[in-house]
Amino acid sequence: MRYVAHSPGPLDATALGAARDAALSRARDLGCSDAELRVERLRSQQVRLRDARLEGAADDIELGMGVRVVVDGAMGFAASVATGGGAAAALVDEAVEMARTIARAGGDRVELADEPGHGAVAWSSAYVIDPVDVPLAEKVGLLSEWSDRLLASGSVDHVTADVLAVTEDKYYADLRGTEATQRRVRVHPTVEAFAVDPDGGFETMRTVAPPVGRGWEYLHGDGWDWDAELAAVPGLLADKVRAPSIVAGTYDLVVDPTNLWLTIHESIGHATELDRAMGYEAAYAGTSFATFDQLGSLRYGSEIMHVTGDRTTPHGLATVAIDDEGVPGQSFDLVRGGILVGYQLDRSIAAISGLGASNGCAFADSPLHVPIQRMANVSLQPSEGGGPTTDELIGGVDRGLYIVGDKSWSIDMQRYNFQFTGQRFFRIEGGRLAGQVRDVAYQATTTEFWGSMEAVGGRSTYLLGGAFNCGKGQPGQVAPVSHGCPSVLVRGVRVLNAREESGR
Amino acid sequence: MSAGTTGGDWLPPPQDVVEQALAAAAPGSDHCVVIVEETSEVEVRYANSTTTTNGSRRDRRVTVISMRQVDGGVSAGVARRGGDVDVAELADAAERDAAESPPADDAFPLLLPGEAHASSGARQRFDAPPARTELSVLSGVLTGLSHSFGRARPAGHVLAGFAEHRQTTEYLGTSTGLRLAHAQPQGALHLVARSADGTDSTWAGAGTTDFSDVSVEGLYAGLEQRLAWGARRLEQPAGRYEVLLPPSAVGDLMVSLAYELSGRNAEDGRTVFSLPGGGTRVGQRLSTLPFDLRSDPSEPGLECASFLTTTSSSADTSVFDNGLRLDRTDWIAGGSLDRLRYHRAGAARSGTTAAGFIGNLTLEVDGAAGSLEDLVSRTERGLLLTCLWYIREVDPATMLLTGLTRDGVYVVEDGKVIGAANNFRFNESPVDLLARVTEVGTSVRALGREFGEYFNRTRMPPIRVPDFNMSSVSQAS
Repeated sequence: MRYVAHSPGPLDATALGAARDAALSRARDLGCSDAELRVERLRSQQVRLRDARLEGAADDIELGMGVRVVVDGAMGFAASVATGGGAAAALVDEAVEMARTIARAGGDRVELADEPGHGAVAWSSAYVIDPVDVPLAEKVGLLSEWSDRLLASGSVDHVTADVLAVTEDKYYADLRGTEATQRRVRVHPTVEAFAVDPDGGFETMRTVAPPVGRGWEYLHGDGWDWDAELAAVPGLLADKVRAPSIVAGTYDLVVDPTNLWLTIHESIGHATELDRAMGYEAAYAGTSFATFDQLGSLRYGSEIMHVTGDRTTPHGLATVAIDDEGVPGQSFDLVRGGILVGYQLDRSIAAISGLGASNGCAFADSPLHVPIQRMANVSLQPSEGGGPTTDELIGGVDRGLYIVGDKSWSIDMQRYNFQFTGQRFFRIEGGRLAGQVRDVAYQATTTEFWGSMEAVGGRSTYLLGGAFNCGKGQPGQVAPVSHGCPSVLVRGVRVLNAREESGR
Repeated sequence: MSAGTTGGDWLPPPQDVVEQALAAAAPGSDHCVVIVEETSEVEVRYANSTTTTNGSRRDRRVTVISMRQVDGGVSAGVARRGGDVDVAELADAAERDAAESPPADDAFPLLLPGEAHASSGARQRFDAPPARTELSVLSGVLTGLSHSFGRARPAGHVLAGFAEHRQTTEYLGTSTGLRLAHAQPQGALHLVARSADGTDSTWAGAGTTDFSDVSVEGLYAGLEQRLAWGARRLEQPAGRYEVLLPPSAVGDLMVSLAYELSGRNAEDGRTVFSLPGGGTRVGQRLSTLPFDLRSDPSEPGLECASFLTTTSSSADTSVFDNGLRLDRTDWIAGGSLDRLRYHRAGAARSGTTAAGFIGNLTLEVDGAAGSLEDLVSRTERGLLLTCLWYIREVDPATMLLTGLTRDGVYVVEDGKVIGAANNFRFNESPVDLLARVTEVGTSVRALGREFGEYFNRTRMPPIRVPDFNMSSVSQAS
């Protein structure tokens, strides 16, 4: 598939120029040491089907403008859905007023890590078909046809199918001379099948296709084999319905990338955000066991563990050219040889920590929200030079489970104790798969889990997973982010039976 | 970009937008609905005993829902735009989606002004401008923070949190003549106090209308007491414990339960409220205690919109029901499951009455009395929780939830707190919990630590559960 060069979107250049000139000149006049203007147009479309019939659809465009200033060592932010030069200048006044009033409550002086100007930047993510241009009838038609395939199987009682598509156009200009126009396109289709037990209870099986930074071509098979996955779902569900309930205990796990991405997200992605580690999320998302004093010394996991953060991966949901503080997207190490060697930073936390420049992890989910430190694409690197296949990893397990697809997730506020379930769980006996089991949840402490990782799969097992809905900050912001990983083998993990946990 | 017509805010009046959008959609629609949502919000965040980020924002979203007669029924198309919208483009987009959609399963004739029975307040509110908030609403909070930061430093405490105030005004107009509006003031404050070494943490939160009833210094004083309890550490293993759940924790569990009250999903066999073999558990007793779980737009102190607005259809909420009058709805009455959510079309199919989503939730046992402190004083041995966190569904068939205790677990012996324990991961179903509760106190306004962000107005009692499942220890503090 060939990716065409796209124009940077529908924002009107003349209006943007007027807003930029008005905002930045006003900020200079008021003595701001930093000022940034963002104008964004976020178009999102959602289509939901239930049993192959349209349940709901929405076509939403969010358009607005936000201004962040630093003045007299205090930070202020103001935003509005009104755009244009007059509104932009008024927002600067309001942001300055916010900064000065709130500073009186008693605040440390705000500093931002230095960042040079990067001039004019125009960038688009790689996609072929803008999903928001695809007619609703075509979207409904495709999801309906997919649903019918499952309903026709005989083992599926109900099906839900939905797709969320976003086209994000963002304009950024700051006092340092960076002016960026960027477009990002992403889609997340999911199909879930239900089998209802007439004696009570039910089981589900959902597609494990990840959300991606691609266009509508993804639903036509560019980047995922939908035909194969949809063909497999009814049989997998039927096997799950008949499967025995897991015997709780300790098992060796082979974790598929369709499940592992979320474990990485929760136990590494959030734990290596330095704003969390330094207490700036203490009231909400939490802090981190990976405290700043342990940088360079904390044993995060086994020696084969190499985790990177990046905002550059093609099709990555956190990939950008320039972040929301004017810092270029880049790639960096977080864990190397099993040791904590880096953090994700924005300009504020880079200055407070003394680590130097930001590594480009600022993001705001809306023109009406202030940028905060958000997650890069945090990925576990596969083993170098070929490396084992998933079958070879399974071959190394005498008694264990192979876990595929994410489902339920929960982790504590310092990222120690987590519990995950999955879409399906296969028993491993003597190095071979021996059918599904039900009601599995695995529970571990972050460093014990990663410390028990005995093998990472090769490049052939690597998949870029991710989510549209990573939450952080107050007011809450939602960010899209990808996580690449291979299959891995982890020894001796505590496995619970979810039915027993409910006391039944 | 249009010059301001409502005084320096650069946007035309919302009433004009409603009328213009209805007019724009009229030629291409058989019926249409227009919703204008206006939001004005200020907030301040603090951490490490200093203010951090802040924001002031003004938002407007305009939604047009176009309904058309199509082969086999009526379809709906929904388009939503932000800011100073081009109503012609917006109406076109909604009409195009209606034309491309199959007949809607939730299609139902739009309500007429006589049928909607909306309160006269909602009709009169339509003519008033959107409510606005401003930073001055938080001036008492800022002063309280300044004092509390000053007190925390020498005490070796580190304060963090968030305060926000929001005014949301929704304007609803329909081609059948409904003109309704509702203004919702809403505030929340979170205050976390941590020991300087990070080994101890505790929290207080408050939901409010206008902050006149919130004192940062008062909340901090309560946290000082809890941090003092933390001076004695009493590590506890995983297992089942007698637990006292404060109103905030009960609120998060009940909000989770309320989201599962979909009639259609229950009928399809997909929830904890499904009856084996088909049908729902409505009428079944969930608890021997006479719990009442209700939503009521006129609940004192928790007032919210008395008519439905929705910009998208789901299993139990329909765009065709915009303007539906919302009345007191008892989801659980006298300990028995009494109602599930249905849109009008679904209710008609299921032979029941429509019940819409309402913006508050109260759990109460008639005649129950006693504060959390009273429950503590009546406890021989148990754990007192502060709040719950990271609550996620593990098994929808039983509504098994997992999550963490957060910001303080205290050991109670002989009616007194004797020290602080570690945190735990729990696995519990709120439906099963209702059946096992042995004591209930007085219901009070409470802000859920986790879901208060999405659902601000809850009134909940403290409760005693004799055998709460603490599945494992969390080292987090």
